[in-house]
Amino acid sequence: MSADEAERDGRRKRRRRSMLRIILEFLGSMRLAITLLVVLAVASVIGTVLQQNEPYADYRIEFGGFWFEVFRVLGLYNVYSASWFLAILVFLVVSTLVCVSRHIPSVWREMTRYRDHLRISSLTALRNHRRWQVDVSASAASSAISNVLTRAGYRQRTGDRGETRVTAAMKGRANRLGYVMTHLAIVIIGVGALIDANLGVKWRTHLGDLEVVTANRSMSQMPPDSRLPSGTSSFRGTVYIAEGQSAGGVFLPVRDGHVLQDLPFEIALQDFRISHYDSGQPKSFESDLVIRDEALDDPLKRTISVNDPLHYRGYAIYQADFNDGGSRLDMRLWPLSGPSDATIIEGRVGEQIEVTVNGTQRTIELIDFSLFNVRPERGGDGAPSNDPRDVDQRGEFRNVGPSFKYKLRQPSGEAREFHNYLTPLRLDGASYYLSGVRTSPGEPFRYLRIPADREGSPALFMALLDRLNQSAQVRNAAQETARQLLKQYQGEGAETLVKRVAGTAEGMIKRLRRGGFSAVEQHLASQFDSDAIDDQRRETLVRFSRTVLQRTLMQLYRDSLISERDVASAALKLAQRDRRFFADALEAISGLAAYEEPFWLQLKTFEHIQASGLQITRSPGKDIVYAGFGLLSGGVFVMFYVPHRRMWALVIPGSDSTEVVLAGVSNRHPGAFGGEFSAVAEALERELRAAANETNGGPGVDGNDA
Amino acid sequence: MATTHEAMLDRLQRRHWWQRLSASDLCWAVVVAAAAMVALVRYRAPMNGYDTAILVATSLALIALGWHWRAIRVFTPVVGGASLFAVMRYPDLAAAQTDFFLEYLLASQSAIMWMSALFPAATLAYGVGLVTRHEFSARVGTALTWTAVGAGLVGLLVRWWESYLHGPDIGHIPVSNLYEVFILFAVITGLIYLYYEAAYRTRALGVFVLTVISAAVGFLLWYHFQRGADTIEPLVPALQSYWMKIHVPANFIGYGAFAMAAMLGVAYLVRHRASDDGPVAARLPSLAQLDELMYKVIALGFAFFTVATILGSLWAAEAWGGYWSWDPKETWALIVWLNYAGWLHLRFTKGLRGRAMAWWAIIGLGVTTFAFLGVNIFLSGLHSYGEL
Ligand code: HEM
Repeated sequence: MSADEAERDGRRKRRRRSMLRIILEFLGSMRLAITLLVVLAVASVIGTVLQQNEPYADYRIEFGGFWFEVFRVLGLYNVYSASWFLAILVFLVVSTLVCVSRHIPSVWREMTRYRDHLRISSLTALRNHRRWQVDVSASAASSAISNVLTRAGYRQRTGDRGETRVTAAMKGRANRLGYVMTHLAIVIIGVGALIDANLGVKWRTHLGDLEVVTANRSMSQMPPDSRLPSGTSSFRGTVYIAEGQSAGGVFLPVRDGHVLQDLPFEIALQDFRISHYDSGQPKSFESDLVIRDEALDDPLKRTISVNDPLHYRGYAIYQADFNDGGSRLDMRLWPLSGPSDATIIEGRVGEQIEVTVNGTQRTIELIDFSLFNVRPERGGDGAPSNDPRDVDQRGEFRNVGPSFKYKLRQPSGEAREFHNYLTPLRLDGASYYLSGVRTSPGEPFRYLRIPADREGSPALFMALLDRLNQSAQVRNAAQETARQLLKQYQGEGAETLVKRVAGTAEGMIKRLRRGGFSAVEQHLASQFDSDAIDDQRRETLVRFSRTVLQRTLMQLYRDSLISERDVASAALKLAQRDRRFFADALEAISGLAAYEEPFWLQLKTFEHIQASGLQITRSPGKDIVYAGFGLLSGGVFVMFYVPHRRMWALVIPGSDSTEVVLAGVSNRHPGAFGGEFSAVAEALERELRAAANETNGGPGVDGNDA
Repeated sequence: MATTHEAMLDRLQRRHWWQRLSASDLCWAVVVAAAAMVALVRYRAPMNGYDTAILVATSLALIALGWHWRAIRVFTPVVGGASLFAVMRYPDLAAAQTDFFLEYLLASQSAIMWMSALFPAATLAYGVGLVTRHEFSARVGTALTWTAVGAGLVGLLVRWWESYLHGPDIGHIPVSNLYEVFILFAVITGLIYLYYEAAYRTRALGVFVLTVISAAVGFLLWYHFQRGADTIEPLVPALQSYWMKIHVPANFIGYGAFAMAAMLGVAYLVRHRASDDGPVAARLPSLAQLDELMYKVIALGFAFFTVATILGSLWAAEAWGGYWSWDPKETWALIVWLNYAGWLHLRFTKGLRGRAMAWWAIIGLGVTTFAFLGVNIFLSGLHSYGEL
C-alpha cells in the first residue's frame, strides 16, 4: 500500500467514524428524545380517538371509500401494531440506549471521583460556603471536619495539595445510578414489549405466506396457510369453547381477520357459570376447565374466573367473555302474511334453517340465545354487554327472562335481525311479546309489542291477524258492519250501498296491512281532496270512513273472541282489558306493516348451552418487562429522592491561625440543601470552637458567611 | 414537620437513624403497630394473604409517614377514632337515620357533605387571608382544610363499612367508581397541599390549590344530586381484585400532585406578572421557591404515577390477559406519563425554568383531567367506571 493510498484509507475511516459519531449523537440527543416522546404521545391519542380493530366494513361505512383507503394505508385501524408505530418504539429504545451508554462513563466518574482538585476560588464562588480563621492546629481542624462529615453521612477522601489539606466528600451517589436505572429500564421494557409484539406474525403476513381469514370459520375449516404451529412465539388470542367441547388452538386477530395459533394441549370446558347479585348485576363469571396434555399423567382440572387466570406451561388462560355455545331452540312459526297453520321448527344457535311460508322463502339464521336479560329499570333498551371485563354496569336491574336473536335472510341476500323474548313482558299494565327488529347491526332494535291474551299467549292476536288476512272473513265483517251502520236506509238500493261501504272498508284494511294507520289516513285525505266537496262534507266523510274501519276491525275482533271463547255472539261482553287488548292489537297490526316479514318466531322451549370466551396469551417477554418495571420504580425514587451532594473542606495552615473553608453543592433542591449545609457548617463551627477551647482556653474562631 | 436543617442538626448528634428517633417517634410506631396487631388478630378469619400484606405495608408506610410528618400523628388517630366510633354505632343501615352522630356527622353521606362544605370555606378563608394579609384568616383556612380532609377520609372509611352493611358480598373498598375516587382525589390533594404548606411555611398558596379541590367538590355534588351517583353498587367481576386497593390510591397521589403543580403554575404566572415591589410580590413566595416547589410536586406525582401505572399493568396482566392492551385508559396514562417525562427532561437537561414550564404544568393538568375524566366520557373501553 502506498503512502498515498494509506492516507486516503485513513481519511475514509475517519470520515466513516465521524459519520457514525454524528448518527450516534443524533440518536442520543435530547432533541430526538423529546420529539419521540411527543410523536409517541400523539400517535397514542389517534389510537384512542379512532376505535381500534373494528371490522373494516364498518370503517368503510363511516369514512367513505376514499378516506377509508387513506386511513387503511396509514394503518390507523390498528395503530398499535402498525409498523410505523413499532418503528417509533424501536427508535425510542435505541435512542435511550445510546443516551445511557454515552452517559455511563460520566456517571461513573460522577459517582467515584471526589473532585479534589477544586481551587479555593471556585469553592468560594459557590452559593453555599463558609470560611473561618481558627486557633487550632491543622490536624485538629482536619479531624473535626472528618468527624462532622462522617456524622452527616458523607464519604470523604483527603489529600494534601502543598500546604493545604483538602477533604472532598459526597453523599447520595445512588442518584446518578437512578438515571442509569430508569433509562436502562425503558430499554429493557422496550425490548420485552417488542418480543411480545408478535413481530414474526407481522413479518409473515407482510411477506404473504400467512393467509388472513376474514370470514367466520370454525377451527377445522381454517386453511393450513392460516395456521401457526405451537412454538416459541408470543401471541394473544381468543377462543370460544362450548360446554362439553374442547379446543386445541386459539384465534389471533390480524388486521381485519384472524389466523389460528395451535396450542400444545387441549382445553375442554366442562361448565360455564354466571352468578348474580340479588340486584341482578353479574357477580362472577367462571369456567371449569380441563387441560389434556401428553405431558400430564392426569388431565388438569381448574376453575378460572375474571381476575383469576390459569397459568400453564408459559401460557396464561383468562376468563374474558362468553356467548352461546349452540343452545337448542324449539320455536313456533306464526305466519303473518296469509292463512296457514302454525308450525314447530327446531334448531341450534349458529344453525341456518330454510323455510317457505305462503310462497315466500327465507333462511332463518339463529344467532344468539341468552338465558338472562338483565335490563336497566330506568330507561334505555340497555342490552348489557357480554364482556365481563366491562366495568360499566350500574343502576337498577330486572331480569326479564330468556330471549333469542335470529336473522331472516331473503334469497337476494338482504337480512333483518330480530330479538324475541320467551315470556311476555309487563309494560304499562299489560303484557306483550316484545319483538325487536333492525336492518343493520349498528342500529338499536325497534320493538313491536304483540299483546298477550288471557292465557299469556299470542294466539288471540294471531287469530285476529289470521282473520284480517282472509278476504272472505274481512268481507263478511265489513258487510255486517255496513249493514248495521246503514240501518236507516231501508228498501231499494240499500244492498248496493252496503256493498259499496263494505268495499271501502276492505280497501282500507288492505292499506292498513300494507302501510299501517298512517297509510289509511293518507288515503282518506287524498280520496276526498276534491273541489266538488266542501270542508264540512269532507270532514263528515272522513269521520264516517274511520268509523267503518274501526267497527269492521271490532267485528273481526269479536269474531275471534267468539270462536276463542266458544260463546254466542249476543253473550259476548267486552271487559276493560278486552278493549285494551283491541287497542294494543290494532297498534301492533299497524306496526307489522314495517315488519315486512312473512312470519314471526315464538320461542317455546330451549336447552341452554353456553360457550366461554377464553383469552389465551403467551408472552415470553413478560419477565423482561417486569424486570424493567422493577428497575424503573426503583430508579425513579432514587433519582428524585436521593440528591447527589458534594462538600469540600480546605484546611490552610497560616502563621498564627488556620483557615478552614467549607463549601457544598447538590444536584437537586438547592433550597433544601441550603438547610443541610448550614447545619453541617454550624456543627463544624461548634466542633472547631471546642477544639480551640481545649488548646488555648479562649474563643478562637472567626467565621464569615458567604 | 422537621425541616432539613433541624433534621440535619439532629442527625449530626447521633449516628444511626434509629438513634435519631425520639420517644414520641417510638410511641407512634408502637401505637400504629399495636392497632395493626389488634386488627390482624381480630379479623384473622376473613382476611387472606393479600389483605394481611396490604395491612402490614400500610401500617409501615403510616409509621414512616408519621416520623416524617408530625401532624399525621394527630390526624390519623382522630380520623381512625371517629370512623371506629361511627362503625360502633352502625349495626345496620337504618341507624344512619336514627343515630344523632351518624345522621349529622359521621354517616358517609353526612361526612362527605361536611367535606364538600368545608373545602370551599377553606378556599375562602385562604383567599381572605391572602388579600387582607391577616394571618389569622389563613390559619382558619389551614384548620378548615385539615377538617375537610378528615371529614372526607372518615366519609370514605365509613362508606367502606356501609358497603358491607348492604351485604357481605357487596362490601368493597370505596375506590371503585368515579364518585368515590373524586372524594379520594379531594382528600389526597388536600393532604399533599397541607404537607407542603408546613414544609414551606407559607399559607399563600392555599387559595390556589384549594380552588382546584373545590372545583372537584363541585363536580362531586353535581354527580351526586343530578346523577344519583352516591349509591353503593356491588363490584362487577372486573374490579374484584386486591390490585384495586393499591392501584387506585397510587394513581390518585399522582393526579393530586399534578393538580397541585398546575395550580402552582398559576401562582407562578401571577407572581411573574406582578412587579417585584408590588402587593402581589409581598404576598406570594418568590419565583424561585414556586419553581422548586413545582418541580418537587411533579417529581412526587411522576414517581407515584409511574408506580401506579406499573401496578395497573400488573393487574391488567391478571384480569385481561395482557400487561398492556392499549386500552384508552392505559394509553392516556402513558400520554400523561410521557408529558411529565418531557417536562422533567427539559428542566433537567436544558435547565428550562420559568413561565414556559408553568404553562406546561397547567396544560399538563388538562391532559391529566382528560385521562381521568375525558376518557370515561368520550372513549369506550374496558375502564369506563361509569358514564356521566
Ligand atoms: C421514554 C423515554 C424516557 C423517559 C421516560 C425518561 C425519563 C426521565 C426522567 C423521569 C428523568 C428525571 C428528571 C429528573 O431528574 O428529575 C430523566 C432524566 C434524564 N434523561 Fe431521560 N427519559 C427517557 C429517555 C431519555 C433519552 C432518550 C435521553 C437521551 C437523550 C434521556 C436523557 C436524560 C438525561 C440526560 C437526564 C438527566 C439526568 C440527571 O441529570 O439526573 N432520557 N429522564
